[in-house]
Amino acid sequence: MLELDLSWGRGRFALDVSARMTHRVTGLCGPSGSGKSTLLSLIAGLKKPDRGVIRFQGRTLVDTGKRFFLPPERRGIGLVFQDAQLFPHLSVKSNLLYGRRHRKVEERRFHFDDIVELLEIGHLLARRPNLLSGGEKQRVALGRALLFSPQLLLLDEPLASLDPQRKQQILPFLRRIRDDTGVPLLYVSHAEEEVAYLTEAVWWIRQGRLRANPSAPPATDRHGAPTPCAERPAKPGNEQSASGPHP
Amino acid sequence: MIGDWISSPEWQALALSARVAVWCTLIGLPIAVTLGWLLARKSFAGKKLVEALLPLPMVLPPVVPGYILLLLFGRYGWLGAPLYHYFGVSLAFHWSGAVLASLVVGFPLLIQPVRLSFQLIDPRLEQAARTLGAGPLKVFLTITLPLASPGILAGAVLAFSRSLGEFGATITFVGNVAGETRTLPLAIYSAIQQPGGEAMAMHLIVISIAASTIALFLSQFLSRKLQTGLGYQDHA
Repeated sequence: MLELDLSWGRGRFALDVSARMTHRVTGLCGPSGSGKSTLLSLIAGLKKPDRGVIRFQGRTLVDTGKRFFLPPERRGIGLVFQDAQLFPHLSVKSNLLYGRRHRKVEERRFHFDDIVELLEIGHLLARRPNLLSGGEKQRVALGRALLFSPQLLLLDEPLASLDPQRKQQILPFLRRIRDDTGVPLLYVSHAEEEVAYLTEAVWWIRQGRLRANPSAPPATDRHGAPTPCAERPAKPGNEQSASGPHP
Repeated sequence: MIGDWISSPEWQALALSARVAVWCTLIGLPIAVTLGWLLARKSFAGKKLVEALLPLPMVLPPVVPGYILLLLFGRYGWLGAPLYHYFGVSLAFHWSGAVLASLVVGFPLLIQPVRLSFQLIDPRLEQAARTLGAGPLKVFLTITLPLASPGILAGAVLAFSRSLGEFGATITFVGNVAGETRTLPLAIYSAIQQPGGEAMAMHLIVISIAASTIALFLSQFLSRKLQTGLGYQDHA
C-alpha cells in the first residue's frame, strides 16, 4: 500500500524511514517528538524529504532522485490534525464541503448526508467552529477529510486534545470510519491502546527511526539495543509482511 | 443646506483630500497585502533590512520623505526626468504626487496590521486546505485573505486617515496649489495664514474632525462585522 524510503533532517533532528506498509489500517506509534507528525507531513506533501521516495498504491508521490514532487493538493491524501484545524470563518457545513468542491462528481465516493449521519453532526451544520466542543470539532474534521474522498486518510493524534470521556465518545466513530468507508487509514498516536484498538498492524517510531512491528519477522536493528516499545509482546493476528530497514 | 455652509474652496479641499486618500488606500492595499504576506510567510534575502527600514517614513519628519520625493520625482529628478521625457507625466505639483506623498508616509501604518494579521493565522489551517485539494492561490483567496481581512481593513482605515491628514510631505513635494494639491490640512494652514481667515479655518477644522470621526466609527462597525463573520467573536 505505502512504500516509504526517505530521510529528512532539520537541525539535530533526523528522520530516517524505510518501510513497506501493506495493511489497509496501519498504526504508527511512538513517543512525542519521535517524528510521527513529520512523517505524516511528508506523506501528505506538506514537507519535502531531503532524499528518498514515497509511493502509494504504486503511484509515486515523491522521488527526489528524479526531482519529482507531487504537491499536496494533487495527492488525494486527507489529513486530520490533532486540533481539528477547522476554518473559523466558515460554517460547519462549508467546512465539510471545502474539500468536496475540489473533487469531480465521479471522484466523490461518499454522500454528504451519509457522512453527516455516520458522524452524527447533522445538528451542527449551521454553526461556526468556535461554538463546537472539542469532540464535535474533531468529528467535523473527520467528516471534512472524508468528504474529500481521500485515497488515504492520515490521522495525526486525533484524540490527543480530548479528555478521556470524549475520547471514548470519538473512538466508535473512528471505528465506524474504519469499517464502513473502506478508506485506507494511517493512524498516528503516542497512546498504544488507541492504536491497538483500531489498527491491524502497528509500526513503531523512535527518535526518527521507523521499525517494523514486533510480530513481524525480526528486522535487523542496526542501532543495537531493542527499544522499550519493541519489547512489547506480540499480539496474535498482528502479522505483517513488512520489510524492515534491512530485509 | 450643507452647500450653503461649506464654501466652494472648502468643498474643493474636502473633495481633493477624499480623492487623494481613496487613491492612496487603493494603491497601497495590494502592495501592503503582497509585502505583508511575504514578510509573514517567506524568508528572503534582505528581509531583515526591509523590516528594519519599513517604519522609517513614519519616524522621520514628514518633510524629509517629501523632499526626497521631490529630488526623485521632480521634473529634473532621477525618476521624474525620464518619466516626464517618455510619458509626459509629472508628479510634482500635481494631485497624484499628493497620493504618492501620503502613500509613502502612511505605508508603515498600512502594512503593520496587515502583516500582523497574516502572522496570526495558523499555517496549519492553510496546510489543511492544501490537503483538501486547494492549490496555493486558492488557499490564499479562500483561507488566508478572509482570515486576514480584519487586519487589512484596520490598515486601510489607518492609511486612509493618515492620508486625509498628511501635511509635511505633501506641501514639500507638491506644494500648496489651490484646486490641485491643496488638501484639507493645507487649506486649514492657508486659511490660518490669511488675515481674516479664522472663520474658514474653523469651518475646515469642523469638517476634518467630522470626516475623521465618521471614518473611525465606520471602521469600528466594519471590523466588528468582519470579526463576527469570521467567527472570532460569538454571535451571542
